[in-house]
Amino acid sequence: MYTQALNQKDTAPAEAEDPVRLARFEARVAAEDKVEPNDWMPAAYRRTLTRQISQHAHSEIVGMLPEGNWITRAPSLRRKAALLAKVQDEGGHGLYLYAAAETLGTSREALVEQLLSGKAKYSSIFNYPTLSWADIGAIGWLVDGAAIMNQIPLCRTSFGPYARAMVRICKEESFHQRQGYEIMLTLCRGTAQQKAMAQDALDRWWWPSLMMFGPPDAESAHTDQSMRWKIKRFTNDALRQQFVDATVPQGHYLGLTFPDPALRFNDATKHWEFGAIDWGEFRQVLAGNGPCNRERIEARRAAHAEGAWVREAALAHAAKRRARQAAQKLAAE
Amino acid sequence: MTTITLADAPLLNAILARADDALVHAHRLSEWCGHAPMLEEDLALANVALDLLGQARALYQYASEIEGVGRTEDDYAYLRDAPGFRNLLLLEQPKGDFALTIARLFLHSAFLHPWWQAAMRSKDPTLAAIAAKAEKEVAYHLRHSAEWMIRLGDGTAESHARAADALDRLWRFTGEFFVRSESDSALIAAGVLPDPEAIRPVWEATVTRVLAEATLERPKDGWMHQGGRHGVHTEHLGHMLATMQHLQRAYPGATW
Repeated sequence: MYTQALNQKDTAPAEAEDPVRLARFEARVAAEDKVEPNDWMPAAYRRTLTRQISQHAHSEIVGMLPEGNWITRAPSLRRKAALLAKVQDEGGHGLYLYAAAETLGTSREALVEQLLSGKAKYSSIFNYPTLSWADIGAIGWLVDGAAIMNQIPLCRTSFGPYARAMVRICKEESFHQRQGYEIMLTLCRGTAQQKAMAQDALDRWWWPSLMMFGPPDAESAHTDQSMRWKIKRFTNDALRQQFVDATVPQGHYLGLTFPDPALRFNDATKHWEFGAIDWGEFRQVLAGNGPCNRERIEARRAAHAEGAWVREAALAHAAKRRARQAAQKLAAE
Repeated sequence: MTTITLADAPLLNAILARADDALVHAHRLSEWCGHAPMLEEDLALANVALDLLGQARALYQYASEIEGVGRTEDDYAYLRDAPGFRNLLLLEQPKGDFALTIARLFLHSAFLHPWWQAAMRSKDPTLAAIAAKAEKEVAYHLRHSAEWMIRLGDGTAESHARAADALDRLWRFTGEFFVRSESDSALIAAGVLPDPEAIRPVWEATVTRVLAEATLERPKDGWMHQGGRHGVHTEHLGHMLATMQHLQRAYPGATW
């Protein structure tokens, strides 16, 4: 999902980097050496990574909302507990990722401010609504499944802190993906109404999940440089195909139909061929016109604004405490 | 079967009361998910909710064993209507602002922690085992909420006022912690349940200490509302259950 961040235009003026340092950097990256926070790096590399990691973090945070929407309504205590734990994991992923982004020299507060002001993006997928319980299954199966396809290669990305965060995150995501698929399986083996619920969820989430990999390679603005710098290891289209190949048999095992009349297995290439993605819809969602863009950002802004007095209280109390401790120390001397 | 009627057995009632407390409180805390004042607190409140939900599940499973008619944890949670619920009124009060949520968690944890500690010595081995696990979790909830009471009370003028208001709103429900029914009394005498009166001094001491450090005044003990333990609730519970139970009600008998 997070390749979307790599497809934004970098509007900063290109800076002339010291050719010796740049050559040394590129040689290191080519040799699969990890780049660490104190190492020299090209300004564009720093900027691209800050953008990608922070958007990844924002996606985790905004992603808490569509699923959080069903916590109070989960149909069994076991499902409710699993969903709560999952949403809690996502908050934790957000924390790791903000910490990784901060090693590049931007504060979490500044990054959050960019999200709230609409300057920074998050994954397009979280602008779709969760309209039934089956959507929670579909998100786990498809959305987390697509995220894993993207994130497994990121475990080998060239920037060390990001790669290490991804290793931890991928383990938890794989677990969520299995839980999501198990929800779908239970629905598909349940009553006719439950199966219809599952089919409806697949119908609504399939294409948006394919869009998570970003625009087609031909239109992808940053792929070349990101591939050379090993921020990105596979192209959008390659990852998307890998996802379709892995997911279609899973859907058929559920007894569900994909909302794509063009979907067919190509015996020669051993790949599932699929129909055209509606890139017009994708652009509208990225432009802020998806079904929930406004609600999602409003919810984040409201939480931030309504929580201001709590954060101020914590700061004021910490200052008082420090002052009292200093006074005590002074008195004791 | 879309609604269950329970056998009236003292131990079943007592176990369900604690299970309902945990479930209803977990529900209120989970309403914060994605809306907390900071990411760390989103995680903390979800964490506490998850602990409480786990306690509710363990207790419902034990209730099922006591009742012995093959009910599941979900039957208790999803197929009783408000008059069948036995939770404390305090825990069903709306989410409110962060101060209200913290004050509720603090006031209840300050009671629940010593209650679970005492329940670890229950003559009932299943209850004692559940208590041993729950005690550790509630110790964390108490520490977390007490620290926030102090931060809010001894923070800014606004946070102090909000914390004081939250205490003022919730205080009238704290008397219900100490109510003991006739059927509880027999279990207390038999060493199965802790005596809430014996918990009162510990609760008082914790509340007094934390409120003093938070520079907050202890509200005066006025009229204390009760009724939750008998299924006579505030107007809030019905709405909560409508949300919580709607899928089970709309698709009766389905497995999820």
